[in-house]
Amino acid sequence: MNGVDAALALVVSLTAFWTIRVRAAFIAVAAYTGCGLLIALVWVRLRAVDVALTEAAIGAGVTGAVLIAAAARLRPAEEAANAERPARRLRAVAAALSVTVALALAVLVLLPADPAPSLGREAVAPLDDLGLGNPVTAVLMVYRGMDTLLEKLVLLLAVIGVWSLAPDRFWGGAPAAPAIAGRNGPLLLAARLLPPIGIVFAIYTVWTGASAPGGAFQGGAVLAAMWMLVLAAGLARIPAVTNRRLRLLLAAGPATFMAIALAGFLIAGAFLAYPPGLAKALIVLAEIPMVLTIALVLALLAAGPPAGEPER
Amino acid sequence: MSVLLHFFTVIAVLAGAFCFLAGTLGLIRFPDALTRLHALTKADNLGLGLIVLGLLPQADGLWGVLKLLAVWLLAQFSGATVTQLIAAAAGRGDEAA
Repeated sequence: MNGVDAALALVVSLTAFWTIRVRAAFIAVAAYTGCGLLIALVWVRLRAVDVALTEAAIGAGVTGAVLIAAAARLRPAEEAANAERPARRLRAVAAALSVTVALALAVLVLLPADPAPSLGREAVAPLDDLGLGNPVTAVLMVYRGMDTLLEKLVLLLAVIGVWSLAPDRFWGGAPAAPAIAGRNGPLLLAARLLPPIGIVFAIYTVWTGASAPGGAFQGGAVLAAMWMLVLAAGLARIPAVTNRRLRLLLAAGPATFMAIALAGFLIAGAFLAYPPGLAKALIVLAEIPMVLTIALVLALLAAGPPAGEPER
Repeated sequence: MSVLLHFFTVIAVLAGAFCFLAGTLGLIRFPDALTRLHALTKADNLGLGLIVLGLLPQADGLWGVLKLLAVWLLAQFSGATVTQLIAAAAGRGDEAA
């Protein structure tokens, strides 16, 4: 713990407090996004670069975009909501719960068992046999592959959940792109210039994930951001939710992963098992369609349910 | 030579940090959206530029230098775009700006 860490901890606490304290939803979202980026810096200081990348891309970036859209939609009702004050007893219970959770976490972090329980050694030992250099990827794709598979299926369920919020007459239509009104010159330039750089960076992030910090989720988030930029500039539109290509791409990631998991029965004797020597190749093969699925899912979650009548 | 380079790094990064401080002051103290943006972009351009310039001698070979320059250029580009967007929104009198 040096000066930089102490300052960082203080600023994170202050922005977190500000996020809760401020009344206007839009400002709270801005504070929350800033807090997420600062927390990403904390993860870098803790040498958990994989977590830092995810926090910056998902926690601050994509969640920030979703929350800004939500704040804009809630604006008409915001004044009435702010005028209401929850009952004193309710607030007391909420405060007690928050303090309990904070104290429990503090006890866990400040008074750890000695030596702290760790599976670090076991996680790193088989890395050479797997051909992987990044223990985080080994945990996600090999040791806890089942969790990752289910997580991807949950992503699909989340999109279905968001889509199902559409009114009946809009079903089969396209989600509204978060387009910025009018043709904005600088935005058009950015939407044409940045995607090539972003796409290369996303591919690099996925490829390097096997041996260094990175992976499908971080790469997918970068791709999603590029797509959202193009959408915001009005250079492209989101296809209708009945679009077959869109649905195939959405299913591609989980389907490939599931196929590789099932193939494990034949080639390695168990569900989600990789034959020796082939682990890295199969993991990269599973991650490529996954990146496209993740990018689509994140952008579609930010875009919301279908908001226009289907074209006939 | 290396002492000189270290000295250059310290001076340039300190100057960059000063620009960020001045820009932050402007962001807090200036009266409206456009003047605040003005302060913010100065911090972005000059502050980040000076810090990158100062870190160049410490970079890890030619690739390190190119990566630092890429960071600076991308931050410049996105900063300029976002500034234009916010300024346009402020000009329309949007509440969010």
